[in-house]
Amino acid sequence: MNTKSIYLDHSATTPVDSRVVEAMVPYFTEKFGNASSLHRWGQVGLTALDESRRTVAEILNANPKEIVFTSGGSESDNLALRGVAMALRPKGNHIITTPIEHHAILNTAAQLEKEFGFEVTRVPVDRQGRVNPDDIARAITPKTVLVSVMYANNEVGTIEPLTEIASIAKKRGVMFHTDAVQAGGYLQVDVNKLGIDLMSLGAHKFHGPKGVGVLYVRNGTPLLPTQTGGSHERSRRAGTENIPYVVGFATALKIAQGERETTNARLASMREKLVEGILERIAGAQLTGDPQNRLPGHASFVIPGAIGDEMVLGLDLAGVAASTGSACTAGSAEPSHVLAAMGYTADVARGALRLTLGRGNTDADVEYAVNVVADVVRKLRGK
Amino acid sequence: MDSSTVAALLVERGYNVIGVMMRLWSEGIDQEDLLRLDAATSQQFASNRCCSPEAVADARGVSQNLGIPFYLLNYQDDFKTHVVDFFLDGYARGVTPNPCLQCNRMVKFGTLLDKARALGADYLATGHYARIRERDGKFELLRGVDPKKDQSYALSMLNQGQLSHTLFPLGEFTKAQTRDMARRFGLRVAEKHESQDLCFIADGEYRNFLRRNIPNSLIAGDIVDTHGEVIGHHDGLGLYTIGQRKGLGLAVGEPLYVIALDPRRNRVVVGRAEELGKRELVAGQVNWIVGEPPQNEMRVTAKIRYRAVESSATIFPLPERTSVIFDEPLRDITPGQAVVFYDGDVCLGGGIIQ
Repeated sequence: MNTKSIYLDHSATTPVDSRVVEAMVPYFTEKFGNASSLHRWGQVGLTALDESRRTVAEILNANPKEIVFTSGGSESDNLALRGVAMALRPKGNHIITTPIEHHAILNTAAQLEKEFGFEVTRVPVDRQGRVNPDDIARAITPKTVLVSVMYANNEVGTIEPLTEIASIAKKRGVMFHTDAVQAGGYLQVDVNKLGIDLMSLGAHKFHGPKGVGVLYVRNGTPLLPTQTGGSHERSRRAGTENIPYVVGFATALKIAQGERETTNARLASMREKLVEGILERIAGAQLTGDPQNRLPGHASFVIPGAIGDEMVLGLDLAGVAASTGSACTAGSAEPSHVLAAMGYTADVARGALRLTLGRGNTDADVEYAVNVVADVVRKLRGK
Repeated sequence: MDSSTVAALLVERGYNVIGVMMRLWSEGIDQEDLLRLDAATSQQFASNRCCSPEAVADARGVSQNLGIPFYLLNYQDDFKTHVVDFFLDGYARGVTPNPCLQCNRMVKFGTLLDKARALGADYLATGHYARIRERDGKFELLRGVDPKKDQSYALSMLNQGQLSHTLFPLGEFTKAQTRDMARRFGLRVAEKHESQDLCFIADGEYRNFLRRNIPNSLIAGDIVDTHGEVIGHHDGLGLYTIGQRKGLGLAVGEPLYVIALDPRRNRVVVGRAEELGKRELVAGQVNWIVGEPPQNEMRVTAKIRYRAVESSATIFPLPERTSVIFDEPLRDITPGQAVVFYDGDVCLGGGIIQ
């Protein structure tokens, strides 16, 4: 078996930064207190919670009370959609989103539609996966209560025109949510510059721990809690605060956003080489998503004559971790809903391959990966 | 347990092993809809009976313990086309197809073997109870040593290209020995259900499956006796099999059996027990494992169903088909099923009963 191990699946998840682990550790043991307790143990926990919230708020250019800690990106998406939709039900029952969202949005919207009488408009995307803000404007009706468009797509890396969409939503008095789970570690997350009302983040995409996320909720945004109980998180999300993970979230976000520019420059230059190598070495391979306007470490392709799962298997045997698109749908026969929405046929979409770089990768990794992909594709094509 | 034991055995023998499980098409309903059902109904409709989440988790756990990679590969589309649609087409035409043979030929030792080879594997190893023997440059298929577990019948459609890249390590062992090995390897040997023949049917009832999937091919018609006298009505040929006695709905004194299905006239023909037997059959689409038919007529033992007892017969290989004459009449020769020929322990191949 191959002894190489090159991880090129950073859109699925990332290793936790050792600085993050270090920051978290004391909160499992000596600083274990419940933030709701009156005693000193509790106060230590509450202080860590407050500080973490302040750290996150500063990075987001937000007020600390607008930060809701959750169990991760999926919960944040659920709380945003269901919470706003239910709170505004007396006012309207129309939601606008896109067909390329993560399943946490797609399936939540579908349930609101199927079970709770909402109408959902899914505006189309172009061949590169971009939403046209004019389509959003046209889709808004007096009954529209929420627009949700992702910041950057997980499968094809395309960055959406958030600020344009945000200003349209604002003008028309509609709440705007963005799923920034993929973007959070790499792109601008200033909620005021972006102009958004709600934003989902998940720590494990930027070298933080799994199982912790944030929903930014702009002051004054109507939100019905979906998890009820104690008055944690200003009654927007009940449950004893997960202090070590919240500390991990804040530390990871601070590191990622602080080192953003240098990291992005490195990732983008490696990605250029990766894309160039694959397109040059593999006949018929196409880059999917927006070639320029994309996440810095994100490379995604469709490769004719090879099936995604089989490429991933072959790459794994050669020591390279890759994916077909979304880690959440691996093992399903359904071709990617994202590529389908972008106009790729099911046949072409079956050849999807995603390689996503991270901080730990080097130029040598890229070179090795290009060779391995070329070799695996050649074998699978039977040539 | 069988495939896990194979993996452990091959690792022990020094092979470089990759664990693979196939996700195959299975009748089922949406996971979300499943969540709303009560326990009894959800059990009935649990999707993917062939590769339940528990089975996948078991296989993955075993692979981790053995230090080998494990992949769940999705062959739902291939399985649907080559096996399920084939099964339905057969019933729609009034014959009784055997999906397992087709699955082995087209999917397991077809698509999967091809992919394994493409990715650099030398062999596909499975937990089948059968043996492969190389002799004079040819690969012969032999029965497994455990007569109760022998699966050579279901493998009789394989060819030289497939067998030369296949390993059946368990063919040398009895089920009891396999169980002992599994224990020695520390594998969980919970008495799991054996893989079902009709793994893709939610409730295991093929008649219901036909009603759900090809209702338009189930056309009611007459049940007649061997003189052509109408003595009852049937609900569609697909719902009856040769030799069937129960469920005919006939108010006749003596027991009657289905002795033939007549798709042309959409009739079920019934008769008395002594009218049931037949000594001859013709097999089409014959596969000879060594690649060519015997030169002359040949004395063999033959099996007309997976669970049938073998019977002595003489075969007359012709270019396109093979005619088979049994020493004694057999009661349930069923068009669409495979007839498989043996010379002692060697499986010569087989064909589809016409």
